[in-house]
Amino acid sequence: MELAPHPHDISHDPSAPLIDLPGHSSRGRLERVLRRGEFAITAELNPPDSANPEDVYERAHIFEGWVDGINATDGSGAHCHMSSVAICALLTRVGYSPILQISCRDYNRIAIQGNVLGAAALQVGNILCLTGDGVQCGDHPEAKPVFDVDSIGLLGIIRTMRDGGTFLSGRKISTPPRVFLGAAENPFAPPYDFRPLRLAKKIAAGAQFIQTQYCFDVALMRNFMTKVRDMGLDKRCFILAGVGPLASAKTARWMRANVAGVHIPDAIVTRLEGAKDQKSEGKRICIEMIQQMREMKGVSGVHVMAYRQEQYVSEIVHESGVLKGRAPWRRDFTPRMQAVETLQA
Amino acid sequence: MSEASTPSAFEPRGKRPPAKGSFRLRLWSIDHAAALERFYDAFEAALIALAPVLKRIGYNRLERPVAFVERHVKGALFDCRMCGDCVLSSTGMSCPMNCPKALRNGPCGGVRADGGCEVYPDMPCVWVKAFEGSLRMRQGARIATPLAPVNHALKGSSSWLRLVRRRTGLEAA
Repeated sequence: MELAPHPHDISHDPSAPLIDLPGHSSRGRLERVLRRGEFAITAELNPPDSANPEDVYERAHIFEGWVDGINATDGSGAHCHMSSVAICALLTRVGYSPILQISCRDYNRIAIQGNVLGAAALQVGNILCLTGDGVQCGDHPEAKPVFDVDSIGLLGIIRTMRDGGTFLSGRKISTPPRVFLGAAENPFAPPYDFRPLRLAKKIAAGAQFIQTQYCFDVALMRNFMTKVRDMGLDKRCFILAGVGPLASAKTARWMRANVAGVHIPDAIVTRLEGAKDQKSEGKRICIEMIQQMREMKGVSGVHVMAYRQEQYVSEIVHESGVLKGRAPWRRDFTPRMQAVETLQA
Repeated sequence: MSEASTPSAFEPRGKRPPAKGSFRLRLWSIDHAAALERFYDAFEAALIALAPVLKRIGYNRLERPVAFVERHVKGALFDCRMCGDCVLSSTGMSCPMNCPKALRNGPCGGVRADGGCEVYPDMPCVWVKAFEGSLRMRQGARIATPLAPVNHALKGSSSWLRLVRRRTGLEAA
């Protein structure tokens, strides 16, 4: 018999908000999973270049039952796509647990605070605060970058809205947004010694969970985590390591040359090159990486970024075995059905 | 990859994207962050000692000439953008407003393996340099304190005079 999702993670109607739990910042499922000490899985949804909601639902459906949160990217790589807040709002209608991404590149503090209230009103429970890629790497390099605040300023703004109940200006908010705050960190880019300090700054500013850039270099991650543990930061926030399958050695080469902040060691490229089936070797590497992250002290979960390979996420998570039988939420699991299963058990 | 030669719309007047070698003086300042920190401490003390005189002359009357001097001195030494809210002492004497993303709290995730900027590959990352500078400074640990979003309304005004007003309680910090 398959295991049921945790009762706290289900409501009578999938689109209804979950019950409030004491000490939680949000009513979202991701925070519950992490606070229970379970190894969390999040995945990145590739936003459609379309105005069709079905495109969003199709892309989310393939993660169902395998992830605890779905990141809706916000103009990632400075390319135009459907907005993160709209994708998140569509996803909450079904009952998914979306993670709203806000990139400082595209909005000033006025737009950001309005977006946060709107997203929270639409039951979005998680927000990831990002600096954002520069406009030069996208499809509109002639655009004017905003960068009114930075990611740490952004965390501070949203925390003030949530805990202080005011806008940055000090004006009162009648119903503050209940959100679980996240940030990104890249342990694989210089200055390496500053990265743990920056993480500490993000935590001081309000970050409760961290999703890292793609990890392909376990040695660098281990160094980073050692410093993080020495500073006690792993006790003050949940760290999700970024992972993802590489489709081929060629993709790996292209990514490390063209995608900002991605570091892929030669060993990985060589291993892909030597494989008979590069695609399945890429998945294999990803699975091994997830397993290694599961064993790394202080790492609370993984964030799977399977760009254009989203269909393999369930398989990768399943084969890694890191859920250890735990079942993340899925739509067909209403409390009534759970009762039936409990009876059978 | 981006070419750093064409000016971007967001670059302020008189500021062109950095060409290779055009930031030599800026890097010198970071290399000498310790000496500059000592100089700044003395300069700050002198300014604060002069506060009654400055007040007598009138901050409004002083604003333009002082801002003019500040723009040119700090412009040469740090490629200062006159944000009006100077934080050089918290950023290893590397002006964070030179970061194309205007980051005031640390490097973004796009820093290149050689320490180059994501947006301008020829320019060393402002925050890689800031960290180096801070390690040379007595008060270098200030780099670890999160800074609030910059107040854009202060742009162009003198941060030297602002510092004195703040220290003497004439202006809220």
